[in-house]
Amino acid sequence: MTRPQPGSLPTDPLIRQLVLQARRATMSRRNLLQFGGLGAASLALAACSSGGGERPQAAEDRSESDKSLIWANWPLYIDEDDEGNYPTLVRFQEETGIEVEYRVDVDDNNSYYGRVRDQLQLGQDIGADTVCLTEWIVARMIRQGYVQEFDRSNMPNTENLLPILNQADFDPDRTFSMPWQGGFAGIAWNKEALPNGIRSVTELFENPDLMGRVGVLSEMRDTIGLIMLEQGVDISGDFSAEEFTAANDVFREQVERGQIRNVKGNSYIEDLQNEDTLAAICWSGDIAALNLEAGDRWEFAIPEAGGTFWNDSFIIPIGSTKKTNVETLIDYYYRPEVAAEVAAWVNYVTPVEGAQEAARELFPDIAEDTNIFPDEEKLSQVHVFRTLTNEEESEFAEQFQSVLLGA
Amino acid sequence: MAFTAFASDTALAPQQEPTKRGRVALLLLLPGLAYLAVFFLAPLISLILTSLQRPAEFGDFGQYEYAFNVDNYADVFGAYGGHIVRSIAYSSAATVAALLLGYPLAYFIAVTLRRWPVWQGLALTLVIAPFFISFLLRTLAWKQILSDEGPVLGFLQLVQVLPDGARLTGTDFSVIFGLTYNFLPFMVLPIYASLASLDLRLLEASRDLYANAWSSFWRVTVPLSLPGIISGSLLVLIPAAGDYVNASLDFLGGTGTAMVGNVIETLFIETGNYPEASALSVILMALILVPVAFYVLFTRTEDLI
Repeated sequence: MTRPQPGSLPTDPLIRQLVLQARRATMSRRNLLQFGGLGAASLALAACSSGGGERPQAAEDRSESDKSLIWANWPLYIDEDDEGNYPTLVRFQEETGIEVEYRVDVDDNNSYYGRVRDQLQLGQDIGADTVCLTEWIVARMIRQGYVQEFDRSNMPNTENLLPILNQADFDPDRTFSMPWQGGFAGIAWNKEALPNGIRSVTELFENPDLMGRVGVLSEMRDTIGLIMLEQGVDISGDFSAEEFTAANDVFREQVERGQIRNVKGNSYIEDLQNEDTLAAICWSGDIAALNLEAGDRWEFAIPEAGGTFWNDSFIIPIGSTKKTNVETLIDYYYRPEVAAEVAAWVNYVTPVEGAQEAARELFPDIAEDTNIFPDEEKLSQVHVFRTLTNEEESEFAEQFQSVLLGA
Repeated sequence: MAFTAFASDTALAPQQEPTKRGRVALLLLLPGLAYLAVFFLAPLISLILTSLQRPAEFGDFGQYEYAFNVDNYADVFGAYGGHIVRSIAYSSAATVAALLLGYPLAYFIAVTLRRWPVWQGLALTLVIAPFFISFLLRTLAWKQILSDEGPVLGFLQLVQVLPDGARLTGTDFSVIFGLTYNFLPFMVLPIYASLASLDLRLLEASRDLYANAWSSFWRVTVPLSLPGIISGSLLVLIPAAGDYVNASLDFLGGTGTAMVGNVIETLFIETGNYPEASALSVILMALILVPVAFYVLFTRTEDLI
C-alpha cells in the first residue's frame, strides 16, 4: 500500500484530513476487489499495521473545547487515599476544570508498547493522552516520531526540573518528555540471613551461601548495568558491544551455574518474601514498601561500584488531541508542594527541585530520605544507562533474552 | 474445541444416512464458517505473511517489511530447536501423567458411582471446581506450595527423598506437574463421558466368557472408552504444547525450562522480532497437527468421524 504523496495534498488541515480519509477508503475498497475475500482483508489489515518509514502526523489539539484527558500510569505510582481517590489529582481537577481519567494501565514497558505500537504507527489515538514510560522506551518512541512536542511556555513550573535530569541524550532540551518519578537499581538482602549485608555484585555472585538464592531483574539495563559498573564500565558513556557482551557473559555464567535463581520483573518481591531468594538486584522504592508491609526484614543499598538511575517520563502520544490539557497537568505536578505530596506516598525519586524544602515543612519524616531526595553523594553513586542505538537495542535485547530462555 | 465431539456417544448410535444438504443446512453452517474465516483463517494468513517478513531497510526496532524470507524458519529451527523438543517432551509427559491420573478418576466417577447419582454429581463438580478460580492464581499458589520454604520440599527433605540443597520450583518436574494439574480436567471429562455410557452388561458377558478382570478391562472397557482417551489426550497435549504460563519465570519455570510458548512471547514482546515469532508459531502449529493427524487416522476411530 503506497501512501498519497504529501505534496499533492491541500494545506488546510481539515480538508487535508478529509482527502486523506477518502483516499484511504477507496484504496481499501480497491484492494478488496482486487484480491477478493478474506485473504485480502487480512492482507490489508497486516499491511496497515506494518506501516512504512513514514512518520505519523500529530493530531489536532482540541483542548480548548474538550477539557478532559486520560492519563495511563504504573500501579501504586501516585498518592492515593483510603477511598481510592488521588488527592493531588482531585485538587487539579477542581482548580483547572480539566477532567482527568487516571488509568493504571502500564505494568511493563515492552508489553504496553506492543499493545499501542500499531496505533502509534498510524498516528491514531492509543486510548491515553499522556503516559509515563521508562526513558529507554521513551527514547525509542521519540526516535520513531511517535511523540508530540511540548510547548514549554505552557509549563513554566518545569523550570524546577532537577539539573541532572535536564541532560537526557535522547531529548536534550526536554521538549518531548518530562520526568514523572525515578528510582535506583541496587542490591537488597534479607537481614536475618545476611547480617553483614552485601556491598557488591561480585559478592552477590560469589558468596557460596547464596547459591541458588539470588534474584535479578528482567529489566536488562538494570541487571546488566550493575554488572557493567562492577566491571568498571561507564554505562553512561560510549561503551562498546564487547563490554556489554562481557557483562552478559557473567550474567549467563551465574544463571547456568545456578547462583541466580530467578530473573523477574516486579514479582521478584514475592521471591524475597517467601525466601526463595535471600538477596536480589532490585528497585529502591519497592524495598521501602515491602518493609512496611511484611516487617522490617530487608535492606537496600547501592553497590560500591555504583547503581543505575532510571526515570519514567510523561509523553504525549502522537494521536492525542489534548496536548494543552496534558501540559497543564504536567505543569501542576512540577509545583514543589504537589511533587512532595506524591513523593511522600510513592517513595520514588522526585524530579522536582524544591520538593525537598516543601517536604521538610509538610512531610518531615521523608524529607531526609536520600532514596526520595537524593543528595550529591547519592547522585554520585548512580548512573543513567545511556540510550542505545537501534542496532544495539536489538542486538543487546537478543543476547540478554537468550540467557533467560536458556538458549 | 471441535474435539469434544469425539467424546459424544455417537459410537453407539446407529449410523444415519447423510441428510439432504438443503439451503437451511447451509444457512445454519454460515455463522460457524464465518467465525472460522474471521477468527482463524484471516489471522492464520496474517501470521504466515508475517513469518516471511524481513527487517525493513533503515527500519527501527521492530520494523519489518513484507518479503519472502524463508530464512526465518531455518533461523528459528537452529536457535530454538531445543525448545521445540522440550515442549514436545513436557507436553507428552503431562499427557501421560494426566491419563494415568485421570482414567482411574473418571472410571470411579462414571462406573463405581453410577448407582449414587448425587455422589456422582458431587464428584464431577469437584473435578470442575478448580476452574472457578483463575488459572494464574492456582498456578501461583502451587509456586508458593513448592517454594524452598514451602511444606512439600520441607517434608521431602525430612524423609530424605531429596537432598538438602534440592528445590522444586524452576525444575522440569514442577513445569510438568503444573501442566498436568492445570489440564487434568480436560482428560477426566471426555473419558468420563465415554465411560458413562459403558454398558456394564458387556463386562458381565466377558466374565461369562472366562475373561479375568484384567483382560475384560483391556479388551472391553478400554476399547469402548478409546474415544474419550483420544479426545482427552488431544485436549491436554495441544494446549500443553503451546502453554507459556507454567514454564515462565514468574510461575513454575526457571531459566532452564523455557518452552516454545515462552520463546514466542519473548520474541514478540521483548525483542520485537515479529517474523521469527510468527515462524516459530507456524512451526509449532504444524508440529502439533502432524501427530494429531496420525493419531486420529491410525487409532481405531473409524466410528468416531
